Amino acid sequence: MTHPERANAFANNEDRARWHDQALWFVRDRRDRAMQGLPEWEGLRAEAARIKGETLSRLADQLESFEDNAIASGAKVHWAGDAREFNDIVLDLLRTRRVTRVVKSKSMLTEECQLNPWLEAHGVEVVDTDLGERIVQLRREPPSHIVFPAIHLRKEEIGETFHAHLGSPKGLADPTRLTEIARGDLRSKFLGAQAGITGVNFAIAETGGIVVCTNEGNADLGTALPPIHIACMGIEKLVPKTADLAVFLRLLARSATGQAITAYTSHFHGPREGGELHIVIVDNGRSETLANPSFARALSCIRCGACMNTCPVFRRSGGHSYEATIPGPIGSILEPVRDAARHASLPFACTLCGSCTDVCPVAIPLHHQLKAWRGELTERALTGKWKRFCLALSRAIFERPGLYSAAGRLVRWLGRRLPRRWLYGKANTWGIARELPEFPSESFRERYRRERARER
Amino acid sequence: MRVALFVPCYVDQLRPSVAHATLALLERCGFDVDFPEAQTCCGQAHLNSGGARDARVLATRFLEIFAPYEKIVCPSASCVATVTQHYGDLLPVSPELLAIRAKTRELSAFLATEVPSTALRGRWQGKIGIQPSCHGLRELRQGRSTERRDGHPFDPLRNLLENLEGAEIVDPVRTDECCGFGGAFCVEEPGVSRLMGLDRLRDHERAGASVVTSSDVSCLLHLEGLARRERVPLEFRHVAELLECATRDPS
Repeated sequence: MTHPERANAFANNEDRARWHDQALWFVRDRRDRAMQGLPEWEGLRAEAARIKGETLSRLADQLESFEDNAIASGAKVHWAGDAREFNDIVLDLLRTRRVTRVVKSKSMLTEECQLNPWLEAHGVEVVDTDLGERIVQLRREPPSHIVFPAIHLRKEEIGETFHAHLGSPKGLADPTRLTEIARGDLRSKFLGAQAGITGVNFAIAETGGIVVCTNEGNADLGTALPPIHIACMGIEKLVPKTADLAVFLRLLARSATGQAITAYTSHFHGPREGGELHIVIVDNGRSETLANPSFARALSCIRCGACMNTCPVFRRSGGHSYEATIPGPIGSILEPVRDAARHASLPFACTLCGSCTDVCPVAIPLHHQLKAWRGELTERALTGKWKRFCLALSRAIFERPGLYSAAGRLVRWLGRRLPRRWLYGKANTWGIARELPEFPSESFRERYRRERARER
Repeated sequence: MRVALFVPCYVDQLRPSVAHATLALLERCGFDVDFPEAQTCCGQAHLNSGGARDARVLATRFLEIFAPYEKIVCPSASCVATVTQHYGDLLPVSPELLAIRAKTRELSAFLATEVPSTALRGRWQGKIGIQPSCHGLRELRQGRSTERRDGHPFDPLRNLLENLEGAEIVDPVRTDECCGFGGAFCVEEPGVSRLMGLDRLRDHERAGASVVTSSDVSCLLHLEGLARRERVPLEFRHVAELLECATRDPS
């Protein structure tokens, strides 16, 4: 299925689409207020873009110094070329330590690599501990948003899910009580876990330390209780210095939720006493993205989700309509790099309004990259044949002013003469929801020519 | 000053009144306006739909046709953005390209900077809603983008309207939300496009607007089409039409 097919289904349920739109706009609005509180906002964005740009331009060196410093701090560093290698490394770490119960805090990388199903297939129980992720995990659904994984669900639906899986009373839809029920269930999972898996928000080259940001403290519980901590990161998570966090942490929480800072910002430097810290660094196509000058800057993304909250299409089509690990504007750039044919409709799921570009805390020119993708997909013949034919045909007409005028005259004539049932036939997608404009009898140039001739 | 009138293809064919109003306004302000008849389309539709090769052909044509003029004025922010912001992606940098980029202006920006505000005094009875062109806003940087924290942005459309006696600008909630047109998007993603448009109509209605204006015709055609279908009593006038009407000499 393509994005429009899934998006139409979502948008045609108007109540739900409007409610989803409002929920995300609420976050965008909070973000705006937080942004207004920082006079240096635009400067911070520029600085963040500069730091990420420089880091990516010498990523190999940065990764090596990160590895050296992480090892010096007592962590073990593992390298994974792709998802398969990553899953094998994690499974191997768990197996050799006879781990069968794992708690995991949010990590889009593990979604991308499909770590959960892999571990489950090999007898390891993985419990997602972020509340939103826990909800979608119980429902066996992918997250629909990278910051709010269950934003597509209403509290009543979550009540039903908890009733089915956690034994909560039927019909319960009170958010506080539902949260308490989830928390009670998760508490036992935390206590029983033998290892904790986390993502990484920032990895600091000069110290070998990693930073994990959450609002629920679930990464802290998940790494403080079990003796083994496996931190998973893409190669693009690096920043050179600890001081750089002063830029990124201020941007991240404000952009993501409108908070000044995430409730928990945890720094890990080596394993805790008697424990193990494993850092798995994953490429999985990122080097290819980095090598593509049109899209390399997309690797600066800090996964705040602001482009999704601001995107007028995402808000009305829902995250699942993208059928991608990372949905929304940034996902529509990153996902086609992996599989252009599969995700060919995503760069077109956009009006090119540019709001994502302006909201992005690391100033990725998102809508320009989406436009660049459209060109690339056309070059690779991954767009519809009919569409490419129309582009070439109209170009040929526009090259010939006489032909253009004649074609315009014909279309306007038909528009005025044809019966409504023909004009609003199946081919007229415009006319599903809209009236056609009134077709004027004269184009501008026709009247201009007529009037100028009379003047002379 | 010899000004070339750059009329987008869809304005020429579907809403010629906007081009006539633009011409009338420019002439009223004392410009010597020429309409180069060889012009057809700037290539925006092609470029935005992935047809960079086709757009390149049209961009090359555009450069040749408009080279002789001192200024190029166009009543469409998105077409201007294509020329000034994106021709550089299509064509090698040349003195001709740089010149064209520097000379091409969106109508309201041109009027606000090249014409003294006294020359554009007029009156308008009623509440006006502004539907900002996204490309005017975020490509040309005309108007205030709510995502950004910049002090006092250049907002020519608003300035021109504020200059009209009796005109009251009523801003909808989400002042700069996209209308959902988006070129081919409006037919490729009909469900989302429709909902975006309906939401905008509702927002402008709730703000109390009787007429909605914009520096892009395409947004207005989309909104107008929806409003006519849904029987929403809003009028849609491009800023050229509105200004031309408001500043017409009462005698």
